[in-house]
Amino acid sequence: MTLDLLQKNQVAMITGFNLNEIPLKFIEMGCFPGSSIELLQRAPFGGPLYFKINETHLSIRMDLAREISIEITKN
Amino acid sequence: MKHTINIALIGNPNVGKTSVFNMLTGLKQKVGNYPGITVEKKVGVFKVNNQLKANILDLPGSYSINATSKDEQVVLDLLFDQNNEHYPDVVLVVADVENIKRNLLLFTQIKDLGLPTILAVNMADRMGPKGISLDIQSLEAALDTKVVLLSVRENKGFEELKGAIASYKELSKEKIIDIKSIDTAHFEQFAAANPNKDVYQHWLVQDGSSSSEIKKIQHKETVKRYQIINEALNKSYAVNALEASDIRSKMDRVLTHWFFGYAIFFGIMLLIFQSVFDWSSIPMDFIDGLFASLIESLKETLPAGKLTDLITDGVIAGINGVVIFIPQIAILFLFISLLEESGYMSRVVFLMDRIMRPFGLNGKSIVPLISGTACAIPAIMSARNIENWKERLITILITPFTTCSARIPVYVIIISLVVPDKKVFGFIGLQGLTMTGLYILGFFMAIISAWILNKIIKSKQKSYFVVEMPTYRLPLLKNVFYTVVEKTKSFVFGAGKIILPLSVLLWFLGTHGPGDNFTNAEEIITSTYVDQQLSEEDLQDKVASFKLESSYMGLIGKSIEPVVRPLGYDWKIGIAVIASFSAREVFVGTLATIYSVGSHADEEDISLIKDRMMRETFPDGTKVFTLATGVSILLFYAFAMQCISTVAITRKETNSLKWTVIQAVGMTLFAYIVSFVAYQLLK
Repeated sequence: MTLDLLQKNQVAMITGFNLNEIPLKFIEMGCFPGSSIELLQRAPFGGPLYFKINETHLSIRMDLAREISIEITKN
Repeated sequence: MKHTINIALIGNPNVGKTSVFNMLTGLKQKVGNYPGITVEKKVGVFKVNNQLKANILDLPGSYSINATSKDEQVVLDLLFDQNNEHYPDVVLVVADVENIKRNLLLFTQIKDLGLPTILAVNMADRMGPKGISLDIQSLEAALDTKVVLLSVRENKGFEELKGAIASYKELSKEKIIDIKSIDTAHFEQFAAANPNKDVYQHWLVQDGSSSSEIKKIQHKETVKRYQIINEALNKSYAVNALEASDIRSKMDRVLTHWFFGYAIFFGIMLLIFQSVFDWSSIPMDFIDGLFASLIESLKETLPAGKLTDLITDGVIAGINGVVIFIPQIAILFLFISLLEESGYMSRVVFLMDRIMRPFGLNGKSIVPLISGTACAIPAIMSARNIENWKERLITILITPFTTCSARIPVYVIIISLVVPDKKVFGFIGLQGLTMTGLYILGFFMAIISAWILNKIIKSKQKSYFVVEMPTYRLPLLKNVFYTVVEKTKSFVFGAGKIILPLSVLLWFLGTHGPGDNFTNAEEIITSTYVDQQLSEEDLQDKVASFKLESSYMGLIGKSIEPVVRPLGYDWKIGIAVIASFSAREVFVGTLATIYSVGSHADEEDISLIKDRMMRETFPDGTKVFTLATGVSILLFYAFAMQCISTVAITRKETNSLKWTVIQAVGMTLFAYIVSFVAYQLLK
């Protein structure tokens, strides 16, 4: 599944992404395949998503989340 | 003999870089800003020891030296330009002990440039509450550098840091990774094509491969760097999660909540405006009283005459017109810096992104739009961290519509003249309501223009949004204080520098004139009115105003009158409006100068410019400051681009003459049309 479908308080692992669609900044923040990821908050009306990825807290938009494949590790 | 070295201060955003800078330099810092001076440079000086002095340059926060935003480009430009006067002898990389892994990415890149690099691990006071332990020696060995633990809050580690800086020559310049190990084939080829060059440095600026190819390698590079960082930290860094207390997630649950998040944000905005307009009235009244008594005592001590009038009613009244707004500006900057320092601003960015997106803006655009209520210049600069060019351009173009503090003096005086001091529904003041309306109008215009610009500007560049949500921190009072002092100072001196010469120029133009009309004004008027029974007083008034009309200023004013008359202005307002194109806040001072020149010298109680404006009439005897004229002035000041500094900063930040002209001409033309329509409908 992709990251935009992750529910609040579920924990997942990033399994892959298409490099062309991912800004370098996201990778520089320490987010790449193997990173653990947790959804903390969703802004309303399809706004940004607020994640904890490894130790980093950051928010990204839905369209970017759709490009990132994940595997749920803890429900 | 004292020796001086250059230090570059570098770090990710939100690592407390600026507090380290403030701690080292105190108030011995210089921020170059406003037209002509390089905006991004913040330089300070401090004594390392008795033999060594250091110039320290605070560079904008960046995540890596693979520049994706303009802020990051500044860092890159400096580190690659050995001829730059600020080119560092030693680089001080600041990391935050809680986010050290991510912060080290930048550190390893800088170190690989072959520069002597010290790592300062900041916020050491957070280690206890977060259950963090750090083995400095082991980290130093792994990173092949000097590591210093710092705590600004507890003032710890700074002597050790200075010691490390003093012995900067002993720092290793060895690279951390061999760039060729990232992609052997690519870099072997690159090295062969660029012999005798440092491969990593040269690759950063010169790789001619396709952008997707470069990105692939940057990806590999980043992963490789994280591997090495992980290895280094495994041996030296541990977090005991059991000891960690987590207020952050509790605060985030409320502050980014789909309902409470917005409610709190609007509450904070209300609080800011409440304090700017209500609570600031006490210090403002105090300043006003101070200037009134200053003017009075000067009038008593100086010989009566036109020059005294210029000093008291022109220059000092004009300066008062700026100084009186210090409380409001200081309060605005205080709140903005609190929002930024505490980490709350990133939550606002998160909340607002969805709302801003349909207008071609980014959640990050909210920062310039809020700061724009203080001053458009720092606001436009704060748009730098918007990576997407189109979103950044639109943000820059619309920010001057937000009601900056320079408009406040104009609004206050015009509203008090033309809007009755009545209450609606028994408790809402009509004047305050008008003021609020003007703020909403400015914001509304900004959004509408963004929407239009979004339709016009074409861009293929993909917009993306990756925003770090930093830890909440209690703002350091010292940082907040410095920000407020620095911004307020530059506002006052910036405006003062314009008002002073402008008053003198206007005074000169108003007291000199060509031809007989000016020199023989007294005789001409006396003979014209010889048949009428005029009192001495009225006759003096007629002479003074005839003299002003025949002066250079009068002639200039009369020649521009046809342009401003359709908006309801007489030639004197016309001159004040034209003068305001240097900066809006000179409006009141300019009128004060014109009126003081235009009155006869021994006239009393004209010190209150407002009374003088109220009495002002057109030649046919009708009042100048009617509701129609007042509304027309308010709208003109709300929309016109009347600020040279903003024009200069737009030019600099967009690097485009075209957009600078579109912004300035577009806003001013729009202002003219709206004011024209409003005056013609209301008169």
